[in-house]
Amino acid sequence: MKLNLVSIARRNVFHRPLSTGLSVLLLAFGVGMISILLLVQRQLTEDFDRNINDIDMVLGHKGSPLQLILANVYHVDVPTGNISLHEAEEIVAHPFVESGIPLAYGDNYRMFRIVGTEWSYPAHYDCELSEGRAWDVPFEVVLGAGVAEKEGLSLGDTFFSAHGLTDESDVHADKTFVVVGLLKRSGSVIDQLILTSVETVWAVHEHVDAEAVAAGEPMPEREITAMLLKKRNPLAILTLPNLLRDSNMQIALPSIELNRLTQQFGIGLQTVRAIAVLIMVLSFISVFIALFNSLRDRRYELALMRTMGGTPGSLFTLVVTEGLWMTCMGIAAGLLLSRVGIAVLSSVVSDQFHYDWSQMGPAPGEWLLVLLAFFVGLVAAAIPARSVLKMDISRTLGAGR
Amino acid sequence: MLIVKHLKFNYHTAAEDESAMEFPDFSLARGEEKLLLGASGTGKTTLLHLVAGMLTPEQGSVELAGEDFGAMSSAARDRHRGRHIGIVFQQPHFVQSLTVLENLMMPGLLTGQTMDQSYAQELLEELGLGHKIWAAVSALSAGEQQRVSIARAVVHKPGLILADEPTSALDDDNAKAVLDLLRRQAQKAGAALLIVTHDNRLKSQFESKVELPLRAGIAYGATKTRKA
Repeated sequence: MKLNLVSIARRNVFHRPLSTGLSVLLLAFGVGMISILLLVQRQLTEDFDRNINDIDMVLGHKGSPLQLILANVYHVDVPTGNISLHEAEEIVAHPFVESGIPLAYGDNYRMFRIVGTEWSYPAHYDCELSEGRAWDVPFEVVLGAGVAEKEGLSLGDTFFSAHGLTDESDVHADKTFVVVGLLKRSGSVIDQLILTSVETVWAVHEHVDAEAVAAGEPMPEREITAMLLKKRNPLAILTLPNLLRDSNMQIALPSIELNRLTQQFGIGLQTVRAIAVLIMVLSFISVFIALFNSLRDRRYELALMRTMGGTPGSLFTLVVTEGLWMTCMGIAAGLLLSRVGIAVLSSVVSDQFHYDWSQMGPAPGEWLLVLLAFFVGLVAAAIPARSVLKMDISRTLGAGR
Repeated sequence: MLIVKHLKFNYHTAAEDESAMEFPDFSLARGEEKLLLGASGTGKTTLLHLVAGMLTPEQGSVELAGEDFGAMSSAARDRHRGRHIGIVFQQPHFVQSLTVLENLMMPGLLTGQTMDQSYAQELLEELGLGHKIWAAVSALSAGEQQRVSIARAVVHKPGLILADEPTSALDDDNAKAVLDLLRRQAQKAGAALLIVTHDNRLKSQFESKVELPLRAGIAYGATKTRKA
């Protein structure tokens, strides 16, 4: 049994489980909400920034530009449609455009997208092979690190693809894919993709085309889903949309679309943040009231401690320490809550979008949050605690009139 | 141990000088005992609080263990009192969140003295509370609470034990038991014992007594009536 002011403060705090519980709960929710916002914000910023990685423009089928970006840069939405490879190549050949990376898809393997592209695509994200080699002939694939890990695939393994991007029902059982290479983890969207040649994607759907041709339709043009463009001249942004006016294609700028997205997010985030701040303010009021009430109930007890040698300073310290116990428990519970929250979100996000959100370390700004909460808790405790400094022990213990 | 000289105190509530109280001089050495007897309104509790340094006198001095309370800062008074005095209050109060034994450890903790936990345990055994040392103080009966508060007043071996009306709420048998307990513990600790009471039953028990005079016809009631 080691008693000191800190442990007595803890005992006092636990002696009033209901009022302490309320304060701690409120604080935990306030801190937890802000902390989870900070964690999500970090994750979003990192994911966005890493994946945008100087892709200046995305060329794709007309439709929602935001959808075009989400589908082809982040691989979280369905594509807007297919475009002609030939027409896309003409745009890449434009003097204002430096280079282009074609993307073609339409199939998945266990919800992981199979993307037909060129080696410049993983190279763009500094993604290197960890094992094996690049694809060479159709139906050879290279796996992103996340795919290989989750599906347990290694070099030489084979699998069938399913039609569509999210459905596994329509399996192309006649076409066998062979894993010829594995990529190192890059932290980008590549980790969650199965890469192959554009020809593979065409070949998967050839039997469909063959039937159509047999029915008398003309041989369809070679199509891709999108082309990621790097500009040579800033004027490209102004010039290219004019060129495309009469085609079925459009150019979308990731930076602009993302800004628009975060602005829309922003309103929601601000509302949540405002609610969280409100809850935190309430929690500090609750700490204040809890201490205030307990001091009123305990004034004899505190006066008694003075008669036993406790100085006003040590009693002030005791009461402030009680407030800090509540504050610290609230902060700790809040941080724990936000980790549980992000873990749940992470499983949703990785199931649906194949993004990795399992980062649990302190987000930027979280230290400030903890410091701020601690400081405000200190103030909320110090205000009622001041009354013990001024306490008249003789009067409290019943002398005089 | 204790020397009280020329004490004068004024609560300054009724403005005038009528509320000023003057107290007789007395002193007490270690091992001695004394009864402070006075009717209601004679300022018994006030005197007790003055002796304990909980109130500051208008005039006069209280010297405890060779040091004058008047010369100390508020925090130093608290520490000096904690170290040298054990007080048994009329109403026992405890730190509610702590166990019986932990309450007994409080004086040592608050004054920074190292205290012997086994002595506190012994003391509780002696008072028939050995089975209650880990109990919550709220679980004690009134009689047990009083015994614990006596134990707490002597556990840190103070030089002076002050008791405020320890017997007035008790029947004859219990009053005698509590008085014996206080005397025995004071003797054991080698402490001076000062009991403040209006309980006339104790009068015959003490050789050394100070009787507080009724204040020149202005006891409580009189003052109040006149003011009203």
